[in-house]
Amino acid sequence: MLTYLIRRLLLMIVTLFGVSVAIFLLLRIVPGNIADILFDSAGMIDPSEKQKIIADLGLDLPLPLQYWSWLNGVLHGELGFSYVSEKPVIDEILPRIPITARLAGLALVFAICAGVPLGVISAVKQNTKLDYALRVLSLSGLSMPSFWLGLLILMACVRWFGTIPIYDRAPASIWAWIAMLAIPAASVGFRSSALIMRLTRSSMLEILRQDFVRTAKSKGLSDNAVTYVHALRNALLPVITTIGVETAFLMGGLIVTETVFNIPGVARFLVEAIRWRDYPMVQNLVMFIAVVVVTVNLIVDLLYMLVDPRIRYSE
Amino acid sequence: MSATVPHSFWNNVSYNARRYPLGVAGGIIMIVFVLAAIFASAVAPLDPFNTNAKASLAAPGPVYLFGADMMGRDVLSRLIHGARVSLAVALGATIIGSGIGCAVGLACGYIGGWFDLLVQRVTEVMQALPLLVMALVITASLGPSLRNTIIAIAIPLIPSVARVIRSNVLSLREMPYVEAAKATGMSEWRIAIIHVLPNTLAPLIVLATAQLGSTILTEASLSFLGLGVPEPYPSWGRMLSESAAEYVRTAPWLVIYPGLAISLVVFGSNLLGDALRDALDPRQRD
Amino acid sequence: MAPVLEVSGLSTVFHTRRGLVRAVQDVSFSVEAGETLAIVGESGCGKTITALSLMRLIPQPPGEIVSGSVKVDGTDLLKLSEPEMRKMRGSRIAMIFQEPMTALNPLMTIGRQIAEMVMLHDGASKQVARDRAVEMLHHVRIPEPARRAREYPHQMSGGMRQRAMIAMALACKPKVLVADEPTTALDVTIQAQILDLIGDLQKEFGTAVVLITHDLGVVAEVAQRVVVMYAGRKVEEASVGELFAHPLHPYPRGLLGSIPRVGSARGLDVSPDERLREITGMVPALNDLPPGCAFAPRCSLADARCRETVPPFELKQPDHFAACWQA
Repeated sequence: MLTYLIRRLLLMIVTLFGVSVAIFLLLRIVPGNIADILFDSAGMIDPSEKQKIIADLGLDLPLPLQYWSWLNGVLHGELGFSYVSEKPVIDEILPRIPITARLAGLALVFAICAGVPLGVISAVKQNTKLDYALRVLSLSGLSMPSFWLGLLILMACVRWFGTIPIYDRAPASIWAWIAMLAIPAASVGFRSSALIMRLTRSSMLEILRQDFVRTAKSKGLSDNAVTYVHALRNALLPVITTIGVETAFLMGGLIVTETVFNIPGVARFLVEAIRWRDYPMVQNLVMFIAVVVVTVNLIVDLLYMLVDPRIRYSE
Repeated sequence: MSATVPHSFWNNVSYNARRYPLGVAGGIIMIVFVLAAIFASAVAPLDPFNTNAKASLAAPGPVYLFGADMMGRDVLSRLIHGARVSLAVALGATIIGSGIGCAVGLACGYIGGWFDLLVQRVTEVMQALPLLVMALVITASLGPSLRNTIIAIAIPLIPSVARVIRSNVLSLREMPYVEAAKATGMSEWRIAIIHVLPNTLAPLIVLATAQLGSTILTEASLSFLGLGVPEPYPSWGRMLSESAAEYVRTAPWLVIYPGLAISLVVFGSNLLGDALRDALDPRQRD
Repeated sequence: MAPVLEVSGLSTVFHTRRGLVRAVQDVSFSVEAGETLAIVGESGCGKTITALSLMRLIPQPPGEIVSGSVKVDGTDLLKLSEPEMRKMRGSRIAMIFQEPMTALNPLMTIGRQIAEMVMLHDGASKQVARDRAVEMLHHVRIPEPARRAREYPHQMSGGMRQRAMIAMALACKPKVLVADEPTTALDVTIQAQILDLIGDLQKEFGTAVVLITHDLGVVAEVAQRVVVMYAGRKVEEASVGELFAHPLHPYPRGLLGSIPRVGSARGLDVSPDERLREITGMVPALNDLPPGCAFAPRCSLADARCRETVPPFELKQPDHFAACWQA
């Protein structure tokens, strides 16, 4: 198991390296770079000014050198400077991380706590009206754009509370955090909960068809014991793996949700950085997202290994 | 009396239609939208680009069935023409992405070796980023345009399709009937075309239909963020961004109808995709 | 002494899209304590459904036990409510299945799977139940039972898993053990061990065993009485020795004639009576049975009466029953 872990870590590093190269190149494919934009927006006319900007930002160096200087910086914790605000990138990113992390965490908790039980119920009561209703619900959850759901929720807030929730000051206690982020978390987590519900349902149905369920019944166990003690733990295994994949999607959903609800988080910041052609910021943000996704996947895989005895004790 | 096996094509269709009513419903929804998109100019009651300051933010009524936006343009007509754009982008991206992904997957399954390893690594790199993030970055670097939006949505599709097709090809090559074919002296080419390819088509179709819904959503998200389909093309996603929080109070129809359109199309494609998957999955057959 | 298990007129059907499938029709038999009754037949003859019907494990929407009684120690299982039946399962009548790998929960230790039975039916505490689980594993001759109890099914070999399943089934000392093809999925060498084990445990606990199998060799080794089933009905019933020596019904006669015997075929110049005889034709579909004897289409002795009327199951010789017009 240790060799597997080491191999995965190495693979992770290689992947992240690949991502860094990809994002670096991608942002420099198209001509019309930041120098032009800064040049035009500052109203400068003299071409030598533009050259100065280019030299200042190190844009005249050969590409591999630019890449190396960035990578070097990253490894030392220096992420460069924002083109727009001219502050260090890390100063811009770090304060925004906690709120996004909390939002993501809350959304994931919501998705699991809603998705798993509903999926089990749907499976146990297969083909009943309740099952159909839940399936339609989950399918709509997958079909709705999450920003639309967010907008509808905002509409409802306006209609019932007369006001839109505003996220400016960091609240005091953890309960205040949860209360503040509950609605956007539900908005972004809805889709994930629908996916988890569908997966739990199909996994459960698959498991309930298996031989050991019949054996459990033959031992005289009640239906509840068979479902919740025997079947469920088997059915949840694929769900664990999916959480890793779903987290990646969640990050995408956060981008639009933070935009709709005006939450000053990392995800919304990415869009702003893109709009401003703030390449150092975009680069680092994308790298950050990649690191998060890859790390979460690694953790999920490890968790799965711990939970499935067939892998833990493979002879 | 033993069961009669449906023979003709139409018998097959009606047999499957009765077994999967939801899939049929999904198919009908899709067809309605596709037809509306193709015949948009004929179907739309008004000109979607016609601005009319006097009708700004008109509520739904006899003239503007779904209301009018802040520039006095008819929402319904913009929705219908937007179908053309959104569906074209989604369809284009799905076909391109699935097509390239399928080719890559087939190549990996057959060539193997260093090519396979390389593609595997590249796939992992691509899958380290969420779909939307990758699409965002691509449009950011290429610049917002209709063509670039299609490219930006197609590219992130490639790794997942390639992965599925590749594992499919690999497992098919191990199948007993392929080995039997080889044992009778069939060349690899013939095996590939007669045995392997038809059996990858089914999962490819299911995958592509499933991806269709996600591409529609991705395009909507990109346009919502202002980084997708630009003016003058009407796009459902962009219709929602133009109406964001500002008009939530005053003109709810600007929020409801475009989002409803997106949800309905994706819902239809999901229903269809689910039914296709159930129908084509051999394990599900009684 | 009254038989421990008395099955009378058991009939089970399935409501399918292709019609009513009569999987089991009017099956009766009885088993005494310490006795092994084998139910033999090929795939699709209804023997497994019979076994599942005894346990009332037939899925109720498509399936239905339409008539008959299953009495264990005098109590008719078919008349019990579901909660009452659950009390019986495992404690009075237990079952072991064909494929031990899939029949055990892969995510639970063996010990826990056995202990949960003991806790459920005997109300024992967790510790007592765990100890009993280890004791049962010892009973089924698994070495290092305490260590094995903490292991998971995939960590054991096929034979050991089957032993564990037997340990689980007998943990609450049921009166009846239904064994559905317990050795079919195992290696031949392990088969013998498992059959010996079942026999020994039977002597020790006095369990009545209903052994479902398609393998006549297994029948010869462990059973005292045998019932032959075909297309959902009983066609012959006798003691094992009697059946093997003088099979009355053409079907078991054909089965016994098709067993390869050492020394019988000597190369290409074999005489016709020494060639392996096969029974031509196939088992009829259970939703499309012929009006008369189900075996008639394949039977060389069949006449018009065989094809029109179902032969009654009756006594043909002392303690030897068959359903055949020609016997």
